Amino acid sequence: MCDSCGCNQPENSVTITRPGTKSGAGHHHSRQERIVAVREAVLGKNDGIAAHNRDFFKKRRIVALNLVSSPGSGKTTILERTIRELREEISMAVIEGDQQTMLDAERIEATGVPVVQVNTGAGCHLDADMVHRAMHQMDLSDNSLLFIENVGNLVCPAMFDLGEAAKVVIISVTEGEDKPLKYPAMFDAASLCLINKTDLLPHVDFDVARCREYALRVNHHLVFFEISARTGEGMPAWLAWLRSQI
Amino acid sequence: MHEMSLAVSIVELVSDKAQAAGARKVTAIELSVGRLSGLMAEALAFCFEAAARNTLAEGAKLLIRELDGRGNCLTCGHSFVVDSLLAQCPQCGGYAVETVQGRELKVVSFTIDE
Repeated sequence: MCDSCGCNQPENSVTITRPGTKSGAGHHHSRQERIVAVREAVLGKNDGIAAHNRDFFKKRRIVALNLVSSPGSGKTTILERTIRELREEISMAVIEGDQQTMLDAERIEATGVPVVQVNTGAGCHLDADMVHRAMHQMDLSDNSLLFIENVGNLVCPAMFDLGEAAKVVIISVTEGEDKPLKYPAMFDAASLCLINKTDLLPHVDFDVARCREYALRVNHHLVFFEISARTGEGMPAWLAWLRSQI
Repeated sequence: MHEMSLAVSIVELVSDKAQAAGARKVTAIELSVGRLSGLMAEALAFCFEAAARNTLAEGAKLLIRELDGRGNCLTCGHSFVVDSLLAQCPQCGGYAVETVQGRELKVVSFTIDE
């Protein structure tokens, strides 16, 4: 029992009822009570803003990619390398999401592309409104790539549409190959999967084939790229995919 | 802990509509939650209590109606109940399953005191 995770709440505060069965709770009708029908998605507001973002990106032919992963998988290093390799050919910009600090934005700024840092405070994910506000703070070019580096978290960002063209999930070989089974929601939501830090494969027990198999169990549409952002190994295929999106 | 964001979304959605309906107070909120939606009912209830404080929805009861997931096997065509995103077809053992139900996360209705 503790005060932070909800385990100390009274048992009757959660009601779980199958459709078609009567629970009675909250439905004792008196004269002053009235039921108002809603039938709206809980995330309807977020999804509306995401649709607005998506329209904007489409009109400007901006390909927005939402990069999601655990903390430490190498998202920022992948971006640094990607930007350095492509900056002569393609306009790019980055929205950085972290709970605190400007550290990642400073790393991206050093590469010379426009960047805005979103600090979520205690928030565990970016939402569509944060991206909307961020993208209006930057000068985005037509026919460009916009990378949105989400807060390092393999759970919550899966639920929030930002208006991106695709979610790119990143897993590094220093994590377990069973991550797709443990955190299926993110692999389910993603279209692409980057397996990063492959230069470390000789030193770790990570089984790439098994990781891919597990991820495909969750999402049979996933497309994989095995890369090392540090050495550049495997990067050409990822860069070719990015070029093909513009 | 995305449940906090969801709780705030629910409170905003319901409070706005309750105010428009002339409510003095919201006494209950009925939600439809698919089993594949990634929502933890207990965590949501906990966050809701905090998110609803000082709003029309303060003290409202959450009625969470869970909705089974449903999937179609792309290998053999079998349609079955799925309880996770790792669904395996009980007929052919395949993992290529298209989920067709269970990701919903909706406010169905709410009850007000007028």
